[in-house]
Amino acid sequence: MSTLVSRAEVAMVWRLFRADAAHNRKRIALTVLAIAWGTLSIVMLLSFGEGMKRAFHRTVRGMGEGIGVLWPGATTRAWAGLNSGRQIQFTDEDMELLKARIPELGAISREYSRRVPVSLGAKSVNARVRGVDPSFGPMRNLIPSAGGRFIDEADLSEKRRVVFLGDELAKDLFGIGDPIGRTVQINQSTFLVVGVMQAKVMMGMYSGPDKGQATIPATTFKSMYTDARPGNMVYAPVSMEAGDKVKVEIYRVLGRKYRFDQEDRRALGIWDTRENQRITENIALGIQIFLGIIGALTLFVGGMGVANIMYAVVKERTREIGVKMALGAKVRQVMAPFVMEALMMTVMGGVLGTAVSLGLMAVIAVLPLKGEAFEFLGRPTFSPAIALSTSVVLGTIGMLAGYFPARRAASVNPAVSLRYE
Amino acid sequence: MSEQPKVEGPMIRMRGIRKAYSMGRVEVEALRGIDLDIGGNDYVAVVGPSGSGKSTLMNIIGCLDTPTSGEYVLSGEKVAGLDRNRLAEIRNRHVGFVFQNFNLLPYASALENVELPLLFAGVGTRERKERAEEMLRRVDLADRMDHKPTELSGGQMQRVAIARALVNRPAIILADEPTGNLDSASGQGIVGLFRELHGAGQTIVMITHDQAVARLAERIVQIRDGQIVEDRQAAA
Repeated sequence: MSTLVSRAEVAMVWRLFRADAAHNRKRIALTVLAIAWGTLSIVMLLSFGEGMKRAFHRTVRGMGEGIGVLWPGATTRAWAGLNSGRQIQFTDEDMELLKARIPELGAISREYSRRVPVSLGAKSVNARVRGVDPSFGPMRNLIPSAGGRFIDEADLSEKRRVVFLGDELAKDLFGIGDPIGRTVQINQSTFLVVGVMQAKVMMGMYSGPDKGQATIPATTFKSMYTDARPGNMVYAPVSMEAGDKVKVEIYRVLGRKYRFDQEDRRALGIWDTRENQRITENIALGIQIFLGIIGALTLFVGGMGVANIMYAVVKERTREIGVKMALGAKVRQVMAPFVMEALMMTVMGGVLGTAVSLGLMAVIAVLPLKGEAFEFLGRPTFSPAIALSTSVVLGTIGMLAGYFPARRAASVNPAVSLRYE
Repeated sequence: MSEQPKVEGPMIRMRGIRKAYSMGRVEVEALRGIDLDIGGNDYVAVVGPSGSGKSTLMNIIGCLDTPTSGEYVLSGEKVAGLDRNRLAEIRNRHVGFVFQNFNLLPYASALENVELPLLFAGVGTRERKERAEEMLRRVDLADRMDHKPTELSGGQMQRVAIARALVNRPAIILADEPTGNLDSASGQGIVGLFRELHGAGQTIVMITHDQAVARLAERIVQIRDGQIVEDRQAAA
């Protein structure tokens, strides 16, 4: 004998449910609605969580993904006959040295900077101008908007007077006009605008947001300010995992050159953005779990409604249960219809709730939400993981809401129930 | 599900059957030592006043309940210490119930009601339908198969119930006041049907307080205070 529920039984349950639905229309509708509401809550909350996680992810990557920023520091230990408290200063050659010595270093760029007026005609903005290498753009997530480009190798080798503008700086100077192909004055020299940064949100930054800065080739910068030294360097390891090794190697290589103890952490400063990413991802995950629990609890209340109805149905059908038992229904055959009926109500509510949630999300997706808060909050986003976890929670609640009343049904004493009116 | 073997000896054999219920602190003995043999193709009427224990006896014969003590063999199977599922299987295979209030499922058609015992026995869709249709034809309801119980008369409902009781070819038909809710014409129709079934070799045990109905049986067992006080052949 098969232990599965036969098709005829399913058909029977469906008919039974419809018969029930006919004379308990309001009660069943309200229960299905409660499940739909619970589903709506869990789906919307999880989707808000997902949207926020993605927004977090985007903003945390705003400065660049998996990169490190390296500053010179001051020694705190005497080493090789040199005193502690000695300031370290980078030179132009340090980048090449690190690149040559550390194979795990995927990319590295110098960053010279100075705050100078950038002007267009009579308009002048006091902006941070930085001289960098071409790898700086991709590492630091400076993506040119359509029609423009970042500093390239030719710019660097020919010390061209070209500039890549932050979007806010471009707007301050050019208004709504297209700056690409036009020129600006930096330190009384004429620079050709080759690109404007795409607007982005940054959660972490140093020396101010990228949108207000002007970026030029490192070599051009050096030729204008011959006494300049790299204020910092930006690097990206070949992989996330290589990040720790690269950090150690940087201390070793520069420690040998500048003669400091490679264990002297204060001699160099390294901002390893991987750590921030880990933290923000954990925060986002924590928020999502929290929202999910709230949603699941709401859904659970709906499940109580289903269980409640099923208990009432079991009571109403006590005699019928007895009849089935007299005709030879086994425990499983008595229980199955109740579990299936509860599942049916749960699934109906689940489908309804999910459909409404998806509709709501479609509406929110086209709403013109502006402002920094929304940049960080993101928009509710449905995902397969949300669909899966919602289904699992729904299924579990439906099973439980059916199982306990069904167990009550199976405990009916047929001899007694056949006399039950 | 195997076909049930032909049993030699009595279909039902009861020895010293006792059934006690505890009502709070008080023990009530509904059956106080019943010895009863019912052979194949017997047609027995169990009669007695209300409270005599005849319903309890019927529950035990039908394996809806188990005795407190005593030995009960139904169709060669000892009914003692069996779990709910095993008892359900015995009811399904050996007992066909006919109730006073029909006990049809109201939302299911006549045909589906008759299919139920086969469904619980795990019989496949096609065979189930064929056998149920055959039974309904046998009780003269060929033209009422798709009707719901509410669309049938009392006599027709009881005939559906009889078809349902017969469909799994049970060892015995156990009828509890089968004419109690029927007008006399329909009642006579049902009694006639029972006689016909008995004529075809079916063992029938009927519980009734209607002397006229009881007299139509072959054998009348009288119960009082949980004991058999008389067991005689009916004057045919």
